[in-house]
Amino acid sequence: MYRILEKRQLNPTVTFMSIDAPLVARKALPGQFIILRVSEDGERIPLTVAGYDRERGSVDIIFQVVGATTMKLNARKQGEYICDFVGPLGKPTETEGVKKACIVGGGVGCAIAYPVAKGLHDLGCSVTTIAGFRNKDLVILEDEFARASDRFFRMSDDGTWGEKGVVTAPLHDLLESGERFDVVIAIGPLVMMKFVALETKKYGQKTTVSMNPIMIDGTGMCGCCRLTVTDEDGKKHTKFACVDGPDFDAFTVDFDEAVMRNAMYADFERRAREEECNLLKAEVK
Amino acid sequence: MPIVPKKTPMPSQDPKTRAHNFDEVASGYTEEMAVAEAARCLNCKNKPCVSGCPVGIDIPAFITKIKERDYEGAYDVISRFSSLPAVCGRVCPQETQCEAKCTLGIKFEPVGIGRLERFVADTHNANVCDSAVRPVSNGHKVAVVGSGPSGLTCAGDLAKKGYAVTVYEALHTAGGVLVYGIPEFRLPKSIVAREVDGLKRLGVDIETNVVVGRTLTVDELFDAGFEAVFIGSGAGLPNFMGIPGESLKGVYSANEFLTRSNLMKAYREHSDTPVMKGGKVAVVGGGNVAMDAARTALRLGAEKVYVVYRRSMAELPARREEVEHAEEEGIDFRLLCNPVEILGYGNPDDRRDPKNGCVTGIRCVKMELGEPDERGRRRPVPIAGSEFELDVDTVVISIGTSPNPLIKSTVDGLEVNRHGGIIVNEDGLTSREGIYAGGDAVTGASTVISAMGAGKVAAKAIDEFIRGRKS
Ligand SMILES: Cc1cc2nc3c(=O)[nH]c(=O)nc-3n(C[C@H](O)[C@H](O)[C@H](O)COP(=O)(O)OP(=O)(O)OC[C@H]3O[C@@H](n4cnc5c(N)ncnc54)[C@H](O)[C@@H]3O)c2cc1C
Ligand SMILES: Cc1cc2nc3c(=O)[nH]c(=O)nc-3n(C[C@H](O)[C@H](O)[C@H](O)COP(=O)(O)OP(=O)(O)OC[C@H]3O[C@@H](n4cnc5c(N)ncnc54)[C@H](O)[C@@H]3O)c2cc1C
Ligand code: SF4
Ligand code: SF4
Ligand code: FES
Repeated sequence: MYRILEKRQLNPTVTFMSIDAPLVARKALPGQFIILRVSEDGERIPLTVAGYDRERGSVDIIFQVVGATTMKLNARKQGEYICDFVGPLGKPTETEGVKKACIVGGGVGCAIAYPVAKGLHDLGCSVTTIAGFRNKDLVILEDEFARASDRFFRMSDDGTWGEKGVVTAPLHDLLESGERFDVVIAIGPLVMMKFVALETKKYGQKTTVSMNPIMIDGTGMCGCCRLTVTDEDGKKHTKFACVDGPDFDAFTVDFDEAVMRNAMYADFERRAREEECNLLKAEVK
Repeated sequence: MPIVPKKTPMPSQDPKTRAHNFDEVASGYTEEMAVAEAARCLNCKNKPCVSGCPVGIDIPAFITKIKERDYEGAYDVISRFSSLPAVCGRVCPQETQCEAKCTLGIKFEPVGIGRLERFVADTHNANVCDSAVRPVSNGHKVAVVGSGPSGLTCAGDLAKKGYAVTVYEALHTAGGVLVYGIPEFRLPKSIVAREVDGLKRLGVDIETNVVVGRTLTVDELFDAGFEAVFIGSGAGLPNFMGIPGESLKGVYSANEFLTRSNLMKAYREHSDTPVMKGGKVAVVGGGNVAMDAARTALRLGAEKVYVVYRRSMAELPARREEVEHAEEEGIDFRLLCNPVEILGYGNPDDRRDPKNGCVTGIRCVKMELGEPDERGRRRPVPIAGSEFELDVDTVVISIGTSPNPLIKSTVDGLEVNRHGGIIVNEDGLTSREGIYAGGDAVTGASTVISAMGAGKVAAKAIDEFIRGRKS
């Protein structure tokens, strides 16, 4: 059992939790993730390590409430416990030799992007952050990003926060003006990452993306998290995000396939979410 | 006494009923059935059956005890060789192992050795409460990676010798394939849980949610005072065929399909973990894993389940009994067929159509058996122009696994073979002092009994290694 040491609401649908998990905290690095189960017989879901305190032995997670399991997790209070918490999983983000990076985060993907930005910043790297949200109410981690970035572009779909527009707009301007980075790291919805990749490819700008396919074990046993990458010779390979990733070279990933696979259980998830809502309502009464 | 030509039949659920539930198919011999089956054994002096058992159980000796109705005596005989008799009696491929060598089998049906072994283990488990006495500690610590049959056995044997053993398991439940792979209807999870509880009573510490290579490394285990490490991390990642359509919605690896159903309990009505249920299902492959996937699909409500296998019935590697059970349950075997493409739905007018990307069928080519390959198995070759399609909604791919690179990439100096399997000597020792390995991580996908045997061999070697160091 893993104790919830802290819980904070970052915006109406995004929650921060700090979990007591000393073994994970000792090893966690930016870019890695954990898998948790809220309760016995619950689903296993992956969440990125959003931060860690090695001394206290705690690991932070930031999650968006999107379905049944994240709803159950969000119903747990500070001081309560969750059943399983395993990690750190996946390969850490490559930071070696990176002196100048551009981090592009979209929506809750910013929760994943933040530890990477902070990690690079702490290493003395110059960090340009481009964060995008649908509107001002959904913004998370603004101060944190501001502290971890040398330059910070704020974008929103409706213009209620920063500039109106999508994250690829400032990215385009930077690249067009001749700026180059050791790497552009894009983390967010698949569609956003796809468009970032299309943009950077035009300039031959090295780009990595953090993939978030559906997972079960997260240890490389089930093959559920597979995605297709194409190598330089045009050969296709099946890769497993939980062991080979979650970071991949953006120009090799088949995004359309990934989008399709993530929608595999859309129906089931909608029903589970409705049931969970009803359960929660019943508990409130 | 005249020889009884046929095995005493195993009482089983009716195929029509069992195809719709997850209860165990075979309910096991009664005492009278067991004694009658034991009476068929000729107690051969040269014990040919023993040579067929990977761990060399003294089969005639335990069968003689059954004849004498001394079931605890029989259990004691088996226990000298195997720590998982209730499991192996159920899942061993007896027809290629012990029973294949049985003298009776030359002219008649062999003695039902597996069924008798299961009877002995079940009788023991039902009547005897294993003592909770912890062996006296010898002050030495050993770590075990993975809680499948090899790891559990190694842990148990060492604990009995007084070692303080910690088992690290990546998943949230201990048991390895026994809990996430082999379904309830073939191996009730309560049997596995009993084995795990038995180990805990012996003082074995089981730490779930620890991925060795990530949460802890093998070298850190040594730093923490463990004097030896046994690696029983299993067969690894599923292989795919590399044909078009393998990423469509509704294509699973057997590991994923079975994990969703078994470990994550997706077969239950209100499970949090989804799995495709119903419709038509094609399972590709012919091993035990394929049979389990096919029969699980049926129990999840599929209206039609095909097994697509590229060789013929004679080469089908699954346990005979499972194939027979599958056929009785109505699984449709498409033998000498090989998939060439998985077909999917695509609506060009509506990219948001939720059906886009869903499996609609599988295209296969018929095969014939050609020249034997290096292992003597006749190689299947496609028959030109024989392609045909099966309408299905789900495809489960069960064509084997490749080792997970995690352990190898995090243990310096650990040698693996060309296939990625860990290289060990006859004692289970790897290329690094103090690190032992066994089971599927070494051999590639194999059997429960071999994994168990490897755990035993390593436990003995670890004990000698540590005692040798002391002196
Ligand atoms: C490596 C990785 C890191 C992630 N990090 C974060 C994070 O830091 N913060 C965050 O909010 N989300 C993160 N996610 C996504 C998060 O795992 C899903 O939002 C969560 O599983 C949804 O579960 P649910 O039951 O609440 O919703 P559901 O209703 O089950 O699903 C909603 C959405 O989540 C996806 N999803 C469902 N189950 C899984 C699963 N087991 N694995 C992956 N995706 C799934 C579905 O495709 C669907 O699009 C990450 C995913 C991966 C793979
Ligand atoms: C569906 C299916 C049906 C089968 N049917 C039969 C049958 O009828 N008869 C038969 O004899 N055999 C059968 N087998 C094969 C048999 O189950 C295996 O050969 C046997 O379980 C191998 O045992 P093992 O101890 O090597 O590994 P496994 O049982 O695979 O256990 C390995 C364990 O190690 C854990 N692990 C892996 N990596 C790490 C890590 N880095 N850190 C911590 N833990 C880790 C895994 O989570 C797992 O729990 C079947 C296999 C499957 C998949
Ligand atoms: S362990 Fe398996 S092979 Fe050995 S005697 Fe028992 S059933 Fe036969
Ligand atoms: S070979 Fe068959 S008949 Fe002979 S001892 Fe073994 S089980 Fe009995
Ligand atoms: S989640 Fe199972 S292999 Fe990656």
